[in-house]
Parts: sequence; C-alpha cells; structure tokens
Amino acid sequence: MADLSINFAGVKSPNPFWIASGPPGNSAYQCHRAFEAGWGGVVWKTIGEAIVNQSSRYSALQLNGQRMVGFNNIELISDRAPETNFKEIREVKDRWPDRVIVASLMVETREQWHEFIKRSEDAGADAIECNFGCPHGMCERGMGSAVGQNPAVIETIAGWCAEVAEIPVIIKLTPNITDVAQPGRAAKAGGADAISLINTINSITQVNLDTFCPEPSVGGQSSHGGYCGAAVKPIALNMVETIANDPQINLPVSGIGGINTWRDAAEFIALGSTSVQVCTAVMQKGFRIVADMAEGLSDYLDSKGMQSVEELRGRALPNILNWENLNLNYARIAQIDYDKCIGCNLCHIACEDGAHQCIDLVDPAALGVGEGPGRLPGKPVPKVRDEDCVGCNLCSLVCPVDHCITMIDVENGKERLSWAEYQAGVEAGTMEPIPPHP
Amino acid sequence: MSKLKPILPKAKAREAMEEIKPAFASQEAVTEANRCLYCYDAPCIMACPTGIDIPGFIKKIAYDNVKGAARTILTANILGNSCARVCPTKVLCEGACVLEDRDHDPIDIGRLQRYATDRVLETGEQVVAVSPLKSGKKVALIGGGPASLGCAAELVRLGHEAVVFEKKEHPGGLNTYGIAYYKMKPEISLAEVEMIEKLGVEFRCGIEVGTDLAVDKILQEFDAVFLGIGLGQGRRLAIPGEDLPEVADAIDFIAEIHSQPLETVKLGKNVVVLGCGNTAIDAVSQAKRLGAESATILYRRSEEEMSAYGFEYALAKSERCEFMFQVAPVEILETNGHVSGIRLAKTDSNAQPITGSEFTVNCDHVIKALGQTKMEKTLLEWFPKLKLGAGGKIEVDPLTQETSIPGVYAGGDAANGGAEVVNAVAEGKRAALHLHQTFTGEAVTPPAQTTRYGIEPPFGSGFYEPVRVSG
Repeated sequence: MADLSINFAGVKSPNPFWIASGPPGNSAYQCHRAFEAGWGGVVWKTIGEAIVNQSSRYSALQLNGQRMVGFNNIELISDRAPETNFKEIREVKDRWPDRVIVASLMVETREQWHEFIKRSEDAGADAIECNFGCPHGMCERGMGSAVGQNPAVIETIAGWCAEVAEIPVIIKLTPNITDVAQPGRAAKAGGADAISLINTINSITQVNLDTFCPEPSVGGQSSHGGYCGAAVKPIALNMVETIANDPQINLPVSGIGGINTWRDAAEFIALGSTSVQVCTAVMQKGFRIVADMAEGLSDYLDSKGMQSVEELRGRALPNILNWENLNLNYARIAQIDYDKCIGCNLCHIACEDGAHQCIDLVDPAALGVGEGPGRLPGKPVPKVRDEDCVGCNLCSLVCPVDHCITMIDVENGKERLSWAEYQAGVEAGTMEPIPPHP
Repeated sequence: MSKLKPILPKAKAREAMEEIKPAFASQEAVTEANRCLYCYDAPCIMACPTGIDIPGFIKKIAYDNVKGAARTILTANILGNSCARVCPTKVLCEGACVLEDRDHDPIDIGRLQRYATDRVLETGEQVVAVSPLKSGKKVALIGGGPASLGCAAELVRLGHEAVVFEKKEHPGGLNTYGIAYYKMKPEISLAEVEMIEKLGVEFRCGIEVGTDLAVDKILQEFDAVFLGIGLGQGRRLAIPGEDLPEVADAIDFIAEIHSQPLETVKLGKNVVVLGCGNTAIDAVSQAKRLGAESATILYRRSEEEMSAYGFEYALAKSERCEFMFQVAPVEILETNGHVSGIRLAKTDSNAQPITGSEFTVNCDHVIKALGQTKMEKTLLEWFPKLKLGAGGKIEVDPLTQETSIPGVYAGGDAANGGAEVVNAVAEGKRAALHLHQTFTGEAVTPPAQTTRYGIEPPFGSGFYEPVRVSG
C-alpha cells in the first residue's frame, strides 16, 4: 500500500486531501465531521473582521440534466467573530493533533496581519493561508482579489506575513488575472512558503428569463460571483502547472479547483500539487467523498508501483512544453473498430461540419464489414480517409462508444522537428517550407 | 338475452384499466432525453413510417423547448400523441435505436413523444402551421379513422378543405374504439380529433355513406375522395353455437369498453378468446382486468407461430391470462340457450384437427379474434370499377395512395390489409401530399433527413418504406 502522507512546506498531513477554505470549514462541528470522514486537513473559512452576508448566496450551472457542473457564490468570508473562530481552531486541533488546520486570513493593515497571524499560531494552526483571491464583495473593499491582481501589493503583504510568522505562509492566488506566474513570483519575492490556487473565477451562472435577474437573486438583483466546481478544473490545472513549472517560483503548491474524484486529485498532483483542496464537491455530497478519493489514489499509486504521493508529484510537468517545441513531424490518424461501431455516425457529421471533412459514409458491403452492434443492415458506416485525416481527435471525442475510435500513430520515418527548428532550418535554407494545406 | 354481466364496481374497474405506461415526470423526461446520442442519419427516423425527426424532438425536450418538440412531432405525424402510446415502438423506432444492441436500453422514444405532446393536447394550443393560402379544393374523406385523420390534417395544413364522414358517433376509428383501454383511453383520441378540427377539418358524424349520403353526391360536391374505411366485420367460425348470445367479436367487445362506463361492461366468469393476434391479446387482457376469473386464449397453431408481438404476449401472461396452443374450436356448447363450454380438437403441426382428440373446456363467454373481413361488397357498390387486390385490399399506387380510379385515394387498413396506426397516418399523409401536387402543381417534399450520398430511401428517410427490425 502506497504512503499517502505528505509534507507540505514542513507541515505533515496523513493524506493530501484538504478541505478548501469555504462553507464546509466554517466551524469546529464541521471540522470534526471532516476529520472523522478522513480528511487530512482543513483550511478554515477565511477569518477577518466579521462581515455581514446577503441572503441567497449560491447558484449553479446545470448541464444536460446534470446538477452543479459549475457552482458560484456571493458569500463573503466568515461572518463569525475572530475569537470564536480561533477558539474553535484550538478545540479541533486539540482533538485531532495529527491533522492539519490552516487558518485562512483576510485583513487589511500590517498590524492586523501581525495580530491575526499571532492569534492563529496561538490557536494551534499549522499554517496560514492569505486569501488574495475572493472575487466578490471583499475586493470592493480593497481585499481578496483586489490584492491578488496587484503583484506589488501581494509582495508587500506576503512580506508583512513572513516577517512575523513562525508557521508557513501560503498565498492563495486569484485566477482573475492574465498571467498567474506574475502574482506567483510576487508571493515568492515577499517571502511566502507556499502557494495555493485557484480561488474562484468571476462569473454569472445564469439569467432568469422571467425576472431578468441573474442567479443568485438577492431580492430581484444579483452580483457577479465566484465560479468553481467541476467545470473549472481545466483552468485550475493550467494555472497549477504554470506555477509548478516556473523555475523562478519553486514553492510547494496546494492545488484547488473542480476536484471531485481521486483521478482529479491525481492529475493535480501529477502537475505539481503537494496537497489538494476540495470545497464544492463536499458542498454537494458531503465529507464522505474522501474515502473514495483516498482509496482510488492509493490503488492507483499501487498499480503504478509508486510508493508514495511524492513519487507522483510533478510527473506530468516535463511533458508540458511551449507549442513551438512540440514535434511537427508526429502524425496520428483515427481508426474505427467496426465490431464496436453502433452506426450513430456522429463522427461523420462532426468531421464533416466541424473539422476536416475526412470521414465518409460508405456502403458497409463495399467496405467488407458485416453488421455491427446496433447497426441496421446496410446502413452506411463511417470510413476515415487516412490520407486526409489530420489527427485532430474530434471524432474520437464525439464517439459515444469506448475504444471504438482510437487514434493511432503513423510511422512516417521522419525525425523529430520542432517549430523552432523548422523556422531556423527554413531561414538557413537547409529546409524546404512545408506547403500550405490545400 | 345474454347472461353476461358487469363484474367489477366502478372504482375497481377503473383501477384495473389504468394505463400501464405512465407519463414521464419532467425531470425523468429530461434525464432520458439526455441519454439520446443525437445520431446523424438516425435509424429511428428511418424506422418511423411518418419520418418524425426523433433525435431532433428529443433534444428539444432536453433543452427545455417542449412546445417545439411537440411541433416537430405533430408536423410529421398529427396523431403523434396516440402513436406515442400505441405504436409497437420496440419493433419500430426503439428497435432501430443504436443503443438497443449495446449494454443499454434503447431510448424510451414512445414516452418522450407522449411527454412532448401531452401538454399541447391538454392546453389545446395550436402548434402546427396551417397555410394561409387557400386553394378552394375540397376532399371528402370516408371513414374517420387514423388514415383519414392523417390525410385531412395534412390537406388543411396545405390549404385545402377536408370533410370527414364518419358513421359512428365519434371520429377516430380504432383509435377511439379499438385500442386496449390500458394503453390509451378514448378521451385521448377524441382530444386529437378536436385538435384536428381546430386546424380546420370538418367532421360529419353519424352519416352512413351510401345510405344517408349517395356516393355520386360526394363525387359531385368534392374534388377528390379518400377512402379510409378500415376493415369490416369479424370473420365467422362457421361452427355450431356461434350465434349464442354470449359469443362476441373482439372488435365489438373492445368497442363496448370504449363506448360505455367501465363498470357496465358485461362479461363472463370464464372467458375464452379465439385467435392469437394483437387484438386477441387486447381482448383477453381487458377481460381479465375487468374481473373474469379466467381468461384464456385458444390458438390453433403453436406458440412460435402467433402473430401477436412478443411484448404483448408477455404482458398478457404477466396478467395471468392463460394460453392453449394447437387447439381448434369444434363446437360452442350450450345449456338452456346459453354458452356453457367449448369443444376443442387438438391440432397437428399444420393446424389441422386430429381425429379423436376432442375435449371440452368450460366457459361462459366466447370472444372471436380471428381477423376482420374486407369491405369488398360495400366498396364495389360505391365504386363498381374500383380495383381490389389480393384478399380484397384496395389496390393503390404505393407512392401516391391513388386507387385505380383517378381522384379516389385510399389508405389505412382498407388498403394495407391491417397495419399500425402510424402506417395509416403515413398513408393518409402521402395521399394528401399527392393531392396537393395534383391541385397546385407544386410538389411537397416529405420531411426526410437528407443524406448527401445519393442513397435512396429507405436510407435517408423513413417516409416511403420504414425499416422494420425484428421484434
């Protein structure tokens, strides 16, 4: 059995699964339940001067009948008094000494940061996480994403924290920026010990077409909210990779954004995360989901012969290059398995209308294929015109049958050639320009 | 006077005849609609005689455009709601579904179609477009069943006048009087008739053509005639006892269920049904549901040879109807002028009685479901030159439904010998499209999913010849 424990910037956690700062980590009661279920850590709901919330706070994106594919909120940081939060952190820490508690903080002045860090340490928190990400409400008051969008301010505040903190300082970044490496480098420059990302993305999930008010409705009006849930995973993975692959940053990363399953978690870890944080999936299904995440990750590591989470961490990072360094001479084409093809011909219409017009519908007899599962006798079947297939993958993506369309490598005997090498070769006159596609 | 009598009280009778396939709730419908793959050149369309764009309407349900879904369905098939309930979908659209042979169930197309059209039927909202141009041409449709309804609706939509003559009290034909009650109540058929009436079709009910209204008069008054007269009386057995008061024809027995309150339908304690087609199954199942102690099918051939669909057979068995195969009726026995049993002979593999094998089964109610006769005599009285084909079917041009007499068209059971409601609608519609072309010189392309590969129907459209898949 693989070892799931991790060491995150010096903080030991029995597993990489932490509750992300948000409604599930709002009280001692919830933290007890999270730890009973098996979570390795909890990032407490952001503590600051107690705020007042709006009524009606959450909204969601439904897709093809599936609920909460994406989720947004206009809820602010903790509306409980700081002393209550710190008292409860102490309570939980005393009962669960082997688990991680991170105090998420959001205050304004240097003195306040110093004070809240001290109170966090006194309460027994293992680390602090500076919330520089919240894209609604708090940013209007110069906090949250207003900080995260300004690298100079990040560096300053990270510096205020680092100058007093005896526990690790994690900077939580907002995705509502152009290049996430810039705030990441600022955090590093300010003395941060680690980075967590992503916070939520500015969003409007839907508009009620009767009232013309977006959701969530606060008495018939709304505001942009922070978007999260499964739908944001690709954006989060991209940003986690950007931070993890940046040689100037080189800090532990806690990955956040759309993690629902062990597989999601494994992908974040393969892209450089040491711990992963989950909020929306717990809001939808409860703390119990961690059991499956731990089991799935453990079995996966075993199946790959990996002894620990650490062995998986960053495994995919070397395979992400700039586009210009990819191999221009690599070729793949689609191959259809007629024993599996059900004759929906979705591959045909996708290629025909949406891609490169290289899947024909042909008489199955002419192709020498018999009846397949679900195909009516004689109904035309799709056939890839190999010489015109550009290997775009679209057909294999729309095909509803597992392993029916596979993308296969074409052995063309050509040597590896990057765009950069090709450009140089053409410029030096040692290489013929590749003719444009007809 | 027959000794048959009602068995179940009102509430029980209604409960027993509740529809077996309940409507989808909206979340269920959306979930099911989202399972549909939205196939390109979808085989379900090809398998539908009326060529409904099935993936198209299903995606409309998924995308919260239920009214648009109803429009897609009813534009292709004006009886889309009753077809959703009574079509043998397992051998048509659902049988052709690409998911069918995988480890999945096919999409529940019938129930989705019903879901989409139920609301329109309830609200009476008109979703089908009617041409604002009027040709002034008038077509008489004789018989008010599905073929005439399909034809009449299409005609008014294309800007022509349509008048339906029906001898019974209500139009709808077998849809109103002959579908198993637990599949569709007569009110549904009547609601569809009302929708068609709103489109502009005129109905004249209680009129017997030939008696109340001369055919010549119709020919004078109208530009064309469509014959949708269905089939005639049930076949006779020609055995002793056939005229006893407790011997009925299945069509009449089912029509009774549809014309009077369920608690007043009379039947015996031990019912036997002769024949094993789909009508026989409808009769035996309804007799059992309405309180018969036993309801038994007697069939002269083997289980494998029955013409009823497998799922109909399974349904009847699940209701504890009984089946006796390889037996032929010899005589219906009487006691004091009333049915008291039936004498049967065992049959050989050619369905011929085996000498000396006779035995008796007790029963007090005999229902004959031996198929219906054709209306040859009536037809030839009306149109002496009308060409009839094998078995008395009206001969028609398969592409236009026109008979041997120019301007006289036919469709439904009278022309196809007995098929599904959906076939009748398709034939009526086909006749209407040709009539339109005759009246205006303008051809209407039937709703067909075109392919650009030059593949002629049945590929590319289910309109001409639906693809039948084995049940």
